[in-house]
Amino acid sequence: MVANKCECEDLTKEEALARLLDQYRDYKGGLIPVLQEAQNIYGYLPKDVLQQIAKELRIPFSKVFGVCTFYAQFHLKPRGRNIIRVCLGTACHVRGGAKIFDAAQESLGVKQGGTTEDLRFTLETVACIGACGLSPCMMVNDETHGRLVPKRVGGIFESYK
Amino acid sequence: MKTLDQVRAKYQEEYKDKIAKTRIVVGLGTCGIAAGGDKVMAAIKEQVAARVLDVEVDFSSCIGMCYREPMVEIALAGAPSVIYGDIYADKVEKLLDSIVNRTPVYEWAVMQIPGDATPYEGIGIMDKSSYYEKQVRSVTSRLGRTNPESIVDYIATGGYEGIEKALNTERMAVIDEVKKSGLRGRGGAGFPTGTKWNFVYGAPGDKKYAVCNADEGDPGAFMDRSVLEGDPHSVLEGMMIGGYAIGADEGYIYCRAEYPLAIKRLNLAIAQAEAHGLLGENILDSGFNFKIKIKAGAGAFVCGEETALLNSIEGLRGMPRVRPPFPAIKGLFGKPTTLNNVETYANVPFIIRNGADWYAAMGTEKSKGSKVFCLTGKVNNTGLMEVPMGITLRDIIFSIGGGIQDGKKFKAVQSGGPSGGCIPTEHLDTPIDYESLGALGAIMGSGGLVVMDETTCMVDVAKFFLNFTQLESCGKCTPCREGTKRMLEILQKICDGKGVMEDIDTLELLCRVIKGSSLCALGQTAPNPISTTLRYFRNEYEAHIKDHRCPAGVCNALLSYTVLADKCNGCGACLRACPAGAIAGAKKEPHSIDTAVCIKCGACFQKCKFDAIVKA
Repeated sequence: MVANKCECEDLTKEEALARLLDQYRDYKGGLIPVLQEAQNIYGYLPKDVLQQIAKELRIPFSKVFGVCTFYAQFHLKPRGRNIIRVCLGTACHVRGGAKIFDAAQESLGVKQGGTTEDLRFTLETVACIGACGLSPCMMVNDETHGRLVPKRVGGIFESYK
Repeated sequence: MKTLDQVRAKYQEEYKDKIAKTRIVVGLGTCGIAAGGDKVMAAIKEQVAARVLDVEVDFSSCIGMCYREPMVEIALAGAPSVIYGDIYADKVEKLLDSIVNRTPVYEWAVMQIPGDATPYEGIGIMDKSSYYEKQVRSVTSRLGRTNPESIVDYIATGGYEGIEKALNTERMAVIDEVKKSGLRGRGGAGFPTGTKWNFVYGAPGDKKYAVCNADEGDPGAFMDRSVLEGDPHSVLEGMMIGGYAIGADEGYIYCRAEYPLAIKRLNLAIAQAEAHGLLGENILDSGFNFKIKIKAGAGAFVCGEETALLNSIEGLRGMPRVRPPFPAIKGLFGKPTTLNNVETYANVPFIIRNGADWYAAMGTEKSKGSKVFCLTGKVNNTGLMEVPMGITLRDIIFSIGGGIQDGKKFKAVQSGGPSGGCIPTEHLDTPIDYESLGALGAIMGSGGLVVMDETTCMVDVAKFFLNFTQLESCGKCTPCREGTKRMLEILQKICDGKGVMEDIDTLELLCRVIKGSSLCALGQTAPNPISTTLRYFRNEYEAHIKDHRCPAGVCNALLSYTVLADKCNGCGACLRACPAGAIAGAKKEPHSIDTAVCIKCGACFQKCKFDAIVKA
């Protein structure tokens, strides 16, 4: 028996995209998962990638662009290696979420939606991450940090390179 | 038809053996992990290995007491389970000592679950604790008690009995049973689930879909996340029963991307169910085929609206469709579709297993069963709770929730998120059901309850919600797109102290128009936070407009900071903190603030250790 090829082989971004498009070519409603995974590959959605997706999935470019701009998750500009999402939901709001966000802005020197020059962090807000019991809270990448106080915020960022 | 009897008997043995051993269970829901549960887990594993202890280390999800996370349960063989709260990695050593000494650490124990064992003295019993006494646990019965990533735990505790029973029943009889139970949609609107299924059952077409709405977007709500993370199989089983009843062979779970752990556990549960022949072709030899796919949302609140959600699954912009035709007739990919919420589906296996009468025995005349709520905001015990319908808000906030933080005064509770309303003190004794909350101008919503105290400004709260709905409005219909923006502008004006009394009339008019003319529920309910705060807290609006005063001391433009001379000892902390140079005063003499220069940043207020600075 031929040994299975390891799936984690290093694909170039272009190869990864081609494989992704093959997987979803005949899939009903595949545009959003394709965009999500393309964004995982590139870190954002460059114009030529969107054009290629439109062409290969046979969806007008205007529609692809329309979907990208509708959902908060899609980004047309490069983003930082670490994505910080400070929660400004109701529970966080009444427990001082805005002060956490101010502390984050101050610590990073960027505003809402901004990316630090070294591409280390992108700072965003989120309407609720569902950890209201621990409010105020934020997410860095997929990790949730709760019961925050403004002066702890900078220290948390330190651990993300 | 095949049965699960053999598998179940085997798993029950395994499960019994597991829980008979001395074990340590760490709560690893998103909330537990956020509080540091994964670090505690790592410390426990490391130390158990180093000390060569004969214990089973396991994990569960969130038991509901978010305010005591991270939580760790320790059960000695043959002794009660003791649940500890606020356990950080540095406390692990002493906890493990307690296993060796066979004596619990009383000072950290939150409660115990005795089971068949003799309870420890001096530790409260879970069912009798103030947090759980008034709760019922059916949908949440496995949360924090079983391992959510183990199908063994699920099947051993009665899981997949519901689908077995359903497959042995006529499809219409399953629908009748759900109808008889009185179960209503737990996503907020409260439409009777059985009736909805009946529509889809009767809709013409061979291809039908069962869709689960797990796009829990209301700020302050995490019921669905907790159920998905804590008992994912129950949602799958509910969807299977629903799919069988309406004649669907395919199901979709639309889960928001902000819930990565829920998606991971769902994927795992689907793979386990497939491996056991519970999903796929010819399930249990019954001829019923069913598969479930997960779609991750892409960040749009409006996708919680059912027709917008369908568009999103189809890969389009998540904008609502005009109804009729309703999804029951023309839903996903144009086929008849039932859309139900996570909690609704999770209720179904229990109803089928225990019977409609068991379920209908709980609750009020028109709202049956139990409801899961998330209590958050300025309340002592924040967390998840399942209560019978008909319980009062007072019981939830003061008995279970333990009252208001820091001994402050209760002002209002927001029920139903941005679509809901603020309910004031005088209505705290209303028994909760869909109708009574509607009569108060609020909605049941998905079950988020955000408590506000005297330091919350109700105009600011209304502004907060309008800012949210205005950002999330999809823009398809004019009343919602333009109306929410105009209302937000007026609220901003009032908070800035530039409001006039006519603004209140304009707001009331806009509330009526937007409610009556928006295309979907997002727009139709967007005015609720304004109309309820105007109804119950009109005096606060008037104080902002007429007296240029924010009674709760929140709206910056209306505040002024002053120094209380008798409390100020002239330490100079405020003077150094002031970025505008508005504070003057000699050392050890009372300072003063020049209000003309003050930019109202509040830095001095935060720095002062002597409560000598007041804002009003």
